[in-house]
Amino acid sequence: MLWDLIDIIRDNWLLLLIGQYPNGPLGGFAATLILSTLSIALAFPLSILIAFARLSKNPLLLWPSTVLVYVARGVPLLMLILWVYFMVPLLIGANVPGFVTMLVTLVIYEGAFLSEVVRGGIVALGRGQMETARALGHGYFGAMLYVILPQALYNVMPSILSQFVSAIKETTLGYVINVPELTFAANQINNQLLTQPFQVFFILAIIYFLVCWTLTRLALTLERRIARKRAGMPGIPLSLNPQSQTAEL
Amino acid sequence: MQDFDLAAVLSNPEFRQMLVGGLWMTFIVAIGSWCLAMSLAILLLVVRLLPVRITEWVVGAYVAYHRNVPTLVQLMLWYFGISSLLPDGLQIFLTDNNGEAVFAIIALGLCQAAYFSEDLRSGLRAVPAGQMEAARALGHGFVGTMRHVLMPQAVRNALPALINHSVSLFKNSSLAMAIGVAELTHAVKEVENQSFQTFETYLIATITYLVCSLAIMAAGAVLNRRVSISGAR
Repeated sequence: MLWDLIDIIRDNWLLLLIGQYPNGPLGGFAATLILSTLSIALAFPLSILIAFARLSKNPLLLWPSTVLVYVARGVPLLMLILWVYFMVPLLIGANVPGFVTMLVTLVIYEGAFLSEVVRGGIVALGRGQMETARALGHGYFGAMLYVILPQALYNVMPSILSQFVSAIKETTLGYVINVPELTFAANQINNQLLTQPFQVFFILAIIYFLVCWTLTRLALTLERRIARKRAGMPGIPLSLNPQSQTAEL
Repeated sequence: MQDFDLAAVLSNPEFRQMLVGGLWMTFIVAIGSWCLAMSLAILLLVVRLLPVRITEWVVGAYVAYHRNVPTLVQLMLWYFGISSLLPDGLQIFLTDNNGEAVFAIIALGLCQAAYFSEDLRSGLRAVPAGQMEAARALGHGFVGTMRHVLMPQAVRNALPALINHSVSLFKNSSLAMAIGVAELTHAVKEVENQSFQTFETYLIATITYLVCSLAIMAAGAVLNRRVSISGAR
């Protein structure tokens, strides 16, 4: 049993790591990592805009952003993937690779969930910070940019890291539309071997576990450090426990 | 793309039957795994409360595994992997009797149990330690204290998180389509393949999912209001 695992890893480690690159598209763990990193990097600025819209009193901003957040919270990611898979080629008039489909979906989905994290961070800061900044002569956006956001984003860093873990887990759904990533590579190996499905998927689970567990521990450490550093200051969002608010998959 | 025609999908009895069948299967998977998850979560919580070091470690490992491995991978491990280790007779029996759905319920249930048990545990930890001491001082035993004093408060604390995770569970039931369970997302793909009314089919499914999720959230909010004690912190 153990030898089977070692054999499978020895024979297929390159496929698990980078897919069929350079003879085919980049896949495997590298694609998983690039996909999740890019999606969070692009979703982050988007999420700040959505959070502003959700906090705004203007109904033209408030309503669409609220609808977006509730749709992301209420509709399975798989359904969103199918939508993007269908709509993006229609809108831009050309076929796009599965990688791009998955990236677009994740940016929208993560953007919606991250916006709730950012909004939670801003709300938890309390009104005093904003009122003081305005009283000192900052405009609304100046106060946001120089006073509110630096504190709020610093406080929610652990939750953003947890959202990154969620993104890694969500990239597995790319398998459904044949995006070459880690789960896809494991399925390729399974289809070649045919006889050892348990061993192959066990290896797959272990890889994800090691990566995500390490990052989750890092988020917890970060959370404790931030809580210690800001002890006695406003705005530690107690409800923003990294595990409780993020999307989970 | 054809013209927008919702009726073309909804009035076709075959498509309607597939979609309703899919929704029914979604409910079976979601409710089945919810029940499994909740009973297991309570069991995990009780085991974790035992004054033995090793159980703490075992439950911790269980929770860490299920929270850090993607649900889809857990589904695949159960459906492709663990099923292949079962005796042949059982494998054939499962193949004949909708084994995909059984494995989907097991995988989703075990995964969600980790989240539910953590919710309950944080709910319990949020109850001040004085409550336990006061109840013990008033003559309750450990079990009585748990049942009459601590758990009622813990479940109230945990309710919002439990509801959020119940919505996630409902959404995650769509992953079962990847192992061939004929639930709603699966039915949607089938109808789309046959009708070519992609937009309409997706719209119907999306609205159905959204309505169900919002209904769970609303029911949760009502429940939360009904059980909350006025004046409590």
